Amino acid sequence: MTTTHAESVHSGLPHEPEKATAEGRNKVLAFWLFLGGEAVLFGTLFATFLALRNQTNEGPAANDLFHLPLVAAATFLLLVSSLTSVFAIQAMHRNRPALLRNWLLITVVLGLGFLGLEIYEFSEYVRHEEFGMTTSAFSSAFYTLVGFHGAHVAFGILWISLLIGQLAYKGLTAVTAPKIYVSAMYWHFIDVVWVFIFTVVYLLGKVG
Amino acid sequence: MDWIMTVDHKKIAILYLWAGGLFFGIGGIEALLIRWQLIKPMNDFVDAQTFNELITMHGTTMIFLGVMPIIFALMNAVIPLQIGARDVAFPFLNALGFWTFLFGGLLLNLSWMMGGAPDAGWTSYTPLSGTAYSGTHGVDFYTIGLQIAGLGTLIGGINFLATIITMRAPGMSFMRMPMFAWTTFITSAIILFAFPAITVGLVLLTFDRILGANFFVPGGGGSPVLWQHIFWIFGHPEVYILILPAFGIISEVIPTFARKRLFGYSSMVFATILIAFLGFMVWAHHMFTTGLGPVANALFAVSTMLIAVPTGIKIFNWLFTLWGGSVRFATPNLFASGFIPTFTMGGVTGVMLASAPADFQFHDTYFVVAHFHYVIVGGLVMGLFAGLHYWWPKMFGRMLSETLGKWTFWTFITGFHLTFFVQHFLGLMGMQRRVFTYLPNQHFDLLNLVSTIGAGLMGAGMLLFLANVWITSRKPMDAGGDPWEDGRTLEWSIPSPPPEYNFKQTPLVRGLDAFWKEKMAGNKGMTPAEPIGSIHMPSATPLPFIMSVGIFIAGLGFMFSRDQFVSGFVSFLFNNYIVTALGLLITFGAMLVRSLYDDHGWHIEPEELEGR
Ligand code: HEM
Ligand SMILES: [Cu+2]
Repeated sequence: MTTTHAESVHSGLPHEPEKATAEGRNKVLAFWLFLGGEAVLFGTLFATFLALRNQTNEGPAANDLFHLPLVAAATFLLLVSSLTSVFAIQAMHRNRPALLRNWLLITVVLGLGFLGLEIYEFSEYVRHEEFGMTTSAFSSAFYTLVGFHGAHVAFGILWISLLIGQLAYKGLTAVTAPKIYVSAMYWHFIDVVWVFIFTVVYLLGKVG
Repeated sequence: MDWIMTVDHKKIAILYLWAGGLFFGIGGIEALLIRWQLIKPMNDFVDAQTFNELITMHGTTMIFLGVMPIIFALMNAVIPLQIGARDVAFPFLNALGFWTFLFGGLLLNLSWMMGGAPDAGWTSYTPLSGTAYSGTHGVDFYTIGLQIAGLGTLIGGINFLATIITMRAPGMSFMRMPMFAWTTFITSAIILFAFPAITVGLVLLTFDRILGANFFVPGGGGSPVLWQHIFWIFGHPEVYILILPAFGIISEVIPTFARKRLFGYSSMVFATILIAFLGFMVWAHHMFTTGLGPVANALFAVSTMLIAVPTGIKIFNWLFTLWGGSVRFATPNLFASGFIPTFTMGGVTGVMLASAPADFQFHDTYFVVAHFHYVIVGGLVMGLFAGLHYWWPKMFGRMLSETLGKWTFWTFITGFHLTFFVQHFLGLMGMQRRVFTYLPNQHFDLLNLVSTIGAGLMGAGMLLFLANVWITSRKPMDAGGDPWEDGRTLEWSIPSPPPEYNFKQTPLVRGLDAFWKEKMAGNKGMTPAEPIGSIHMPSATPLPFIMSVGIFIAGLGFMFSRDQFVSGFVSFLFNNYIVTALGLLITFGAMLVRSLYDDHGWHIEPEELEGR
């Protein structure tokens, strides 16, 4: 319990390196807890959105705005990036740092693609549809919910990029492994949230 | 410097205590100013705007910056010791949680000096808190200050959850865990699920005010009632975040001074969990008068009254613990025993308020003010006093004076009942809360005078406590490991104050009230669960402090992003979010440093341990 020490395991990497040290295990546990809090956070944002989604204040409504092919493309990029992050963790478990790095890189690129599409989408709304933060309660709720998710994606990209740097610098160890594992958990979480956004915001906006 | 860099949970506890004490003092002064204004009808001591600012800052400060940190102080000081751990799960995060709380609190209080404090009540009801009715930056200080402080609370909550789940000493199953550890655990879980809701609420309100969003602005399609839902779905669990730790403290103090094990331990655990669960189901009892309709009102009324059941279980268990014990009324136990009737009275008025039709009469009168002060002051603050007197020798190695402690108790509790008991009647007679004065000859005059005198007495009680602390701090550190002599839990099995590493050897736990069990078996101390070995310690670091400074700067930057300053250059910096970016850069920079340089900490070697 007390020698929660990383150095002892530096040499040979165990099968699940993220759980090799007490620190690592604590980190994974605490991250699950943190995601519980994040779930409440997004839950509240979703509730707010649902309460205000028809309050368009004579501005554009969901139906006038959303362009499903674009959103579908973004969804595709993000879902695939979740898959690639699974491959990354598998590579980590097989102790293949180079492969791990490549899958992480691909994940980041896909995430950037998603973010790019979202920024394009938002700027289209603002420029051509006169749909900004201040337009209506619906617009406020839309930008806040989707934008919060976008900010999470941006943070995830930054985070994983830093970890790629750290990997190059320090290698795959019992210290870096939990960080990578946890970042993958985070990435999946954002992905799941997006599935809800896709359904509740976009699909429901188009049909409901 | 030592204090800025520390990651030792025992020192962080002391930091929380001083910072919480400071804010408690500020909130107390605000309370006295409020009472001074209300001492007689048509008083013009302060004007209406200042009065609004005073009640808002009093409520906000007391709840978020006064009592919460003092609770965290006790948790930090005690929990690792009670569960037989050398540390918390995340020492770095623990420090970060403290500093974000402190800087959030400082930001909030800067408002007094920077153009007006928040003035929309501690609940910040919209549209009152919107820019239309609250034109100063006051509410921005509220939203952003609380946001930053709340981050610290959330971090603290996760840390305690992880600590209690993973760091319990061998043999300490959940059902052998002391009650204070249990309530800390459940409280942390409530924090985890309640705080993100207010995080969102504060973001939405900030966006409404600074970015011109329409969440709560009816003219733009927004809904003020939505704010109330979001606020109270956090706010009601929040009162359990406050009271459950007090329950925990009482459940530690009473068995110690009754020299009996806690009656109905498992029902206490169960009741705690049940209260936490029900706490999330009853938020709309604060909204009976917003027009939710009879069905919703009835459901929320009934679910609220249900909470009386587990709470009643607790009250009776404490009484049964005292019953037939060889009770010693040392100061901690005086406060604990005083807690029981006062808290019960608050509970009774709570059930009255939960009755929706009756609430239409009580709502926004002094009856409500009396109710929640019976719970928060008569319950929580008394609990905190019990805990502080009880664990003071463990934290500081010095016993507080018993004589002064008893004086504190009697002055405080007399003042308390004088202040708040009469407010029940003021409320029933129709005196409204949050109104800065009242007309003469409505039967309000005398009772308000009594109430203000009582507040003065409570202030005197506080001063007696401070005097006790001051006098004690000049005495030698001579408290023994088990200064009350009847300590039952693990913290009493080690010296006071504990060494940096807490336990030389992790103890083996063989039952509930682990230390008492060993004492009864004739052992001098705990049986160790491991041989003496080298102990790993985390290193001190200034990064948590720096990160919090960064967040503080970013918050100020965002808040003033729409303002025109005298100097064009300053306006340029704020309006282009350069200040905000700078603050975030400091924070992220510190995070980067943290991730680049792994800190393996250091070791205390066995020779050194034996040397002591
Ligand atoms: C120690 C002596 C205290 C005194 C004399 C005192 C007095 C008062 C008074 C006069 C009000 C204004 C009621 C109104 O007009 O609405 C008030 C409000 C309040 N107090 Fe206290 N108080 C004390 C301690 C505390 C403590 C320890 C807490 C919390 C931990 C607390 C929490 C509140 C809250 C939440 C409000 C409601 C503010 C609002 O209406 O927005 N008070 N108090
Ligand atoms: Cu409530």
